[in-house]
Order: sequence, then C-alpha cells, then structure tokens
Amino acid sequence: MSFVQNVPCFSILLAMFAAIITSAVRGKTARKICIGLTIIEGGMSAWLLSFLWKTGESYVYVMGHFPAPWGNELRAGMLEAGMAFFLCVIMVLSLWGGVHEIREDLEADKAQFYYIMADLLLASLLALVYTNDMFTAYVFVEINTIAACGLIMMKQSDLTLAAAVRYMIMSLMGSGLLLIGICLLYDMTGHLLMSNIKEQIISLATTETYHIPLLLTIGLISIGLAIKSALWPFHTWLPGAYGYSTVSSSAMLSSMVSKGYIFLLLKIIYRVIGADTFAGSHVINILFIFGIVGMVIGSLDAIRENNLKRMIAYSSVAQIGYIFMGIGIGTDAGVGAGMYHIFAHAASKALVFIAASGLIRASGGKSRIQDLAGAGFRNKLAGAGFVAGALSMIGIPGFAGFASKLMFAQASLVKAELAIPVFMALAVSTVLNAIYFMRVALLIYTPDDVPLVDAVAGAFRLRENQKHSVRNVQPEGVLSPEGITGMAGTNAVAGSTARADSLAYAAAILLFIALNLFLGICTQPVLQLIQRGLVIFG
Amino acid sequence: MSIRKNQQEYEKSRAYRFSRWLKGEKDPFVGVIEMKSQNPDEDPEQFYSQEDYEAIRRHARDYQNNQMIHRYNRVYVVGSIVACLALIVVLIYAISYLPAFGKADSVGTNEVATRYIENGLQETGAVNVVAGMIATYRAFDTFGETTVLFIATCSVMILLMVEREDKRRQLHLDDREFEPVQDEILQHVAKILCPFIFMFGIYIILNGHLSPGGGFSGGAIIGAGMILFSSAYDFPKIQRFFNEHIYVIVKVTALMLYGTIAVYFFYTGANGLESVFPLGTPGAILSGGIILPINIFVGTEVACTIYAFYALFRRGGL
Repeated sequence: MSFVQNVPCFSILLAMFAAIITSAVRGKTARKICIGLTIIEGGMSAWLLSFLWKTGESYVYVMGHFPAPWGNELRAGMLEAGMAFFLCVIMVLSLWGGVHEIREDLEADKAQFYYIMADLLLASLLALVYTNDMFTAYVFVEINTIAACGLIMMKQSDLTLAAAVRYMIMSLMGSGLLLIGICLLYDMTGHLLMSNIKEQIISLATTETYHIPLLLTIGLISIGLAIKSALWPFHTWLPGAYGYSTVSSSAMLSSMVSKGYIFLLLKIIYRVIGADTFAGSHVINILFIFGIVGMVIGSLDAIRENNLKRMIAYSSVAQIGYIFMGIGIGTDAGVGAGMYHIFAHAASKALVFIAASGLIRASGGKSRIQDLAGAGFRNKLAGAGFVAGALSMIGIPGFAGFASKLMFAQASLVKAELAIPVFMALAVSTVLNAIYFMRVALLIYTPDDVPLVDAVAGAFRLRENQKHSVRNVQPEGVLSPEGITGMAGTNAVAGSTARADSLAYAAAILLFIALNLFLGICTQPVLQLIQRGLVIFG
Repeated sequence: MSIRKNQQEYEKSRAYRFSRWLKGEKDPFVGVIEMKSQNPDEDPEQFYSQEDYEAIRRHARDYQNNQMIHRYNRVYVVGSIVACLALIVVLIYAISYLPAFGKADSVGTNEVATRYIENGLQETGAVNVVAGMIATYRAFDTFGETTVLFIATCSVMILLMVEREDKRRQLHLDDREFEPVQDEILQHVAKILCPFIFMFGIYIILNGHLSPGGGFSGGAIIGAGMILFSSAYDFPKIQRFFNEHIYVIVKVTALMLYGTIAVYFFYTGANGLESVFPLGTPGAILSGGIILPINIFVGTEVACTIYAFYALFRRGGL
C-alpha cells in the first residue's frame, strides 16, 4: 500500500485536529491555523488525485484493524479526490475573500469559533465525500448540519438568528428523512456498508420483494438530501441563510455544503441503490420536474429581489435546479453534466458572493441594488469579479457556466421527451439569469452622479419608492467612514492589517476568476476526470 | 400568630418554634436555614436603553394586525397536520411489508452481527461486546459522534457565551440570584452524594469494557454530579477546580489524545502494522486495547459538555 493512499483518512482527521486546536487559541492564530491546514489538505488531495489519475482505479481504505462490513471503510476514486481538492480550494478562497466581513461582523472574542465551524464543516464534507458506509455518512451529516448552522448564526444579528433557526428546522427535517431511509435500508438488507447494500438490493430487485419499501426508501433519501441542498420547493431556508450571513459563510454554504449533499446523493444513487434501480423508480422524474421548475422559479424570485445578496441566493435555487435536472436525466452523461455544474456553480457562485461583498462595502454597506450605482468604479476588482461571475452564471462561452449548460443539452439528446423540456428550461433560465445579473452588472458601471438618466437605475429607484412602505426591514451593514474611502486605517497597525486583508481579497477574486476561466476553457481534463471517475464510482 | 396569646408570649411557645421549623426559617438542629429565595435588586441597571426597545418594536413586523399572516398561519397549521398524517400513513404502509422485528431469520442476523458476538471477545479483548463494537470495530463513527458533542458545545458558546465577567453581571445573566444562597438541605445532600456520584461515574468509565456502560454514560453521570454540586454551592465554588481555563485545557487534551489514538489505530490498521495496545486478558481492568483510553477521553469530553451546557444556559459562561 502506497503512502499516498493514507490521504483520505489523514485529511479528514487533520481538519478535525485543526478544529480541536483552534478551540484553544484566539482570533488571528485561529485563522492562520485554519487556512494553513486547509491548504495542506488541498495539497494532499491534489497528490492523491495525481496518484489515482495514474492508476485509474478506486481503492478501499480500512479505518482500523477490521475490514468492512465489520469496521469502517473509506473509498477513494478520482471523483472523490477531485471533489476533496476542489472543496479545499473553495474554502481557502472563501475565507480570504470574506476577511473584511469576518473582522466586522464577528465579535472579536468569538472569532475562533468561526474557524472551528469552518474546520469541522470541511472535515464533515471530506468524510461525506470519502465514506463508504451509510452510518458514517449520517454521523457526518449531523456534524455538517451543526457546523453550517454555526456559520450562519455567527454574525449575531436578528436576521441571521432567524435564518439559522429556519435552516436548522429544515435541515433537521432532511436529516430525519435520510435517517428513516437508512433504517429502512438496514431493515431490508441487514447492512450499512454501501457495496453490500447494493448487492442485496440487486437480488431484491430480481426477486421483486420489498418493492414498495424500496421505492419509499429511495424517495425519502432523495427528498431528505434535496431539502438539505435546497431543491426548489424545499428552498425556503436558503435566501435568509445565504443573504444575511457573513460573506464567507454565504460562499461556503452555497459552494460547499449544498454540493456536498448532492455528492452524497450521487454516491447513494451509484453505490447503494444502483443507477439502474434509481432510473427505474419514479423518484427520478420528480427530481427532474422539481429541478426544471426550480430553474425557472428561482430565477423569477431573483428578478423580484431587491437585496443583492438575497438575489444571488435565489440564483442558487435555480442553479441547484440545473444539477437535479442533470441527475433526473438518468444517464451517465446527465450525471456527468450535473457533476460539472457542481464545480462550475461552486466556482462562480462563491466569486459572485465575494465580489458582491466588495461592491456593497464600496457603497457604504448598503446592499439594496439601486444603491450600488457606480460601485464598479469605486472597487474595480470587485466589479471585474462580479462581471466575470455573472457571465459564468449566465453561460457565456469561455466561462465555466457555459460548459456545463452545453453538457446538459448534449446529455438530454438521448430521449426526445427529455430534450424538449431541457432545452426550453435552459433557454428560459438563461434569459432570466441574464436579466437579473446583467441589470446589476450594468448598474455597477453606471456613474452614480448621473441621477435617473440611466433607465435601469431609474426603474429601480421608482420601484423602490413604491415598495418602501412594505419593506421596512432591511439589513443595515456597518457603515463607517473608512468603509467608503477604502480601507485606510487610522494607525500603522490597522494599516498593515488592512493591506493584508486587501491582498487576501484581491488574491481570492483573481484566483476565482482564473478558476472560472479554467473550468470554461480547459473543459476536457475536468470532463475526463468526471467521466473516468463515474465509471469507477459505482 | 395566635388568637389567644399576644405576640411576645406566642414567640416563646413551642407552637411558634414548630411553625418556624415548618416554614423553613429556623431548624432546632442546624440553626437558621436560608430556604427563601433572595430578593434580586428591585431596580436592576438596564443594559439596553429605552431607544433600543423602541427600535426593536419599530423594526419588528406587526404580527398582531396583519390579516395575511393570520390567514397564512391557519392554512399552515392545517397543511402541516395533513403533511404529517400523510407521512405517517405512508411510512406505516411501507413498514407493513417489512419483516417482523426480532425474527430469527431476518436479514439483520447476518455475518456482521455473528462476528461481533462470536469473535468480539478475542478480537477486541472486551467482555462488553457493545463497547468493543463502538470503540474498536467502528472507531471512526464514535470519533465522529464525540466530535458532534464538541461542535454542539461550540455552537451553544457562540449563542450564549458572554466572555467578560463584568458584562455578565451587567446583563443579569446569572439566574441563581432567584434561589437561596445557602440551601442547607441541598448542600448537605450534595456533600454526601457528590463523591459517590463522581466515583460511580469514574467506575462506569473505567469498567466500560467489562460491564455495561462506557465513556458516554459515565461522562453523563459525572456531568450530572457537577451540575448538582454547582447548584448546591453556587458557581464560585466550582470555579475553584473547574473554570473556563481548565475546561479548555481538559477538553482539548482529551480530544487531541483521542484523535491521536484514532489516527494511530487507523494508520496501523490500514497499513497492516501491529498495534502497540495489548489486548490483555479479557476481564482484567487493563485489557481491551484502545477501548480503555478511548472510554476515558470520551467520558471526559461528555462530562465537560454536559456541565458546559448547564453553565452556559444558566449564566452565559463557565
């Protein structure tokens, strides 16, 4: 056994160690430990990925002295290693990009808790990615739920607390359904190890026993994980959770948490239930329809939204719809396109959130869209980042979003009755995406000192006046004179911190743009990774 | 008061002494007992100013007079009842197809359970097969569960912890001021019971691999003992041996050592190396390989968690 094969176990436990050490230190050290160890985990995952790329096979890692099904087991293939690497990258960049907000939003005494939550979030996601055991998956789903809740409520305002409570209720509902599903699976098969359950399920399917409980199990697990990853009718927790929490949390929740659950669902489909059994059940059609409806309705909600971060949050509902549509197509190509969209959406959504935070900061902490006029000139980097992210979300060729939309379209061509709804949904959703993203992109490059000349800005001011009486609850950011003029600190120490912060922010934006361009232009290596990974995934 | 004697005479009588004892004011053996709650300050210094309350009222939506919300709530209640009933009916319908619980030929009695029961003793060295299963066979799951406790404490700290002592006092977080300072009965009971509770908890932890119990249950017992001690003697007493500083040291040490053992166990197991933890003779106290240290660390963590929950909810700090 090569030493590199220890990476899955080591990266999970390293993230847990990071959380434990972090609980004994304070603010700045905690941040350094968290980011440093995440970079190490990312490096290790990349090493594992290059190793697996060469061997081209997945392997089983026994956690302890007893082989599965008696002991615990991890299983790593290319897709798992790639996902782990990607999660580490997104986490580091999100933490860099949200550094200003973390400093402003969090109580100084409690900053270390934020990094504990982030570390454990990563640990649980890595465990979900690598695990080969249903019960281990459930344990880490629990950790993930609490960590995500902590990340939301870390900014202790009334809105984030309400959002955290709502997230907790919905997410526990999802966990509960997942747990019932796991119990039913155990009752039917007598196993918790994924590969063993699959063997039993294949024999059950041939003998036609337990047809109804199996169908219910598939439904419960799919719906439970769909609630947790905010598929359309179950998305009500999402706008508050993403829209009001501190920006690193928004980026991590949208790019990592919901994607981790979708990855778990894919793993259950391929490794537990079996892709054929799943495609034969009617649950797949429900996911397909919910995905398509979510693509349209999420975008419509985003158009109606007046708060920039909530608008981006609603856009996530639409993008999750894309991924479930891909799963709902039911072929390897569809799932591959969904997988590609997981990467593409994670890269662009985190970028958009972080750029939006820069734009909001440059506009004096106001997050209403009509207050952002000219923000692209005041913070050039954030403006560029937002436009790049928006182009990717819309699906302009050259950016990540285009590649995955093309793959969805190609994947749907296998069946005519799927191709028509997919093409229509893609077209409608792209136009709607363009409407709400381009209006912001145009507005941030509209000079602020030309009042009401620009039709776009004018329309918003008018609408805002009408709505003002209804919407009196608006999150007011911390408005400080420094916030407007840039990050000019009052003394030397603050100055150097501000410089370091700005550097981290710039690095995050630039690297995210590079990641988007990479996913948009060099599609072939990533696609090959996904295709080769999916072959050995089941 | 008596209707037949005047006040001075009545105070000398046995009936008066009896009534004082009954009311819990003075005990003939112990002396004056404080059984009445303290009177908290009539005019506590308000932490939030009047403008803050007005701002809250202004920003909160007007739920009282909003017809839409009232109507929505009614639909919501009906809808949620229907949804729950539907879920229950569907689940019961599906479960009627499943095999009956505890049947000898059910799929649960397969090679997994058989090996746990038949080979558990010689493979893990633990007489208590359940402890052997959760701490050795499925060590990774158990480490995850312990981390759940850790992260739960951290979440409660995010919400409820007030770091500085002066701010805590200003916010009137400590609700112990509504209770007697010296509750004699509780203190006597606690003085007698606490050592036994702690000893029993430690016994359960150390014997986790030999008899029913283990880290989780023993830790809960120790935590309950600490809660009893702190409610009898107030927080300053318990802070002498268990304050925030010691809590962090104990918790981090226990979890780090647990994690180190786990890493060592996983690494040696996956790479086919021998573990240095000897299994010992089954039944001896020093046996069972990694189960004994894991039980100790889990017990420490659980005791810390349970007491920390209590203290955080009670006064916003340890």
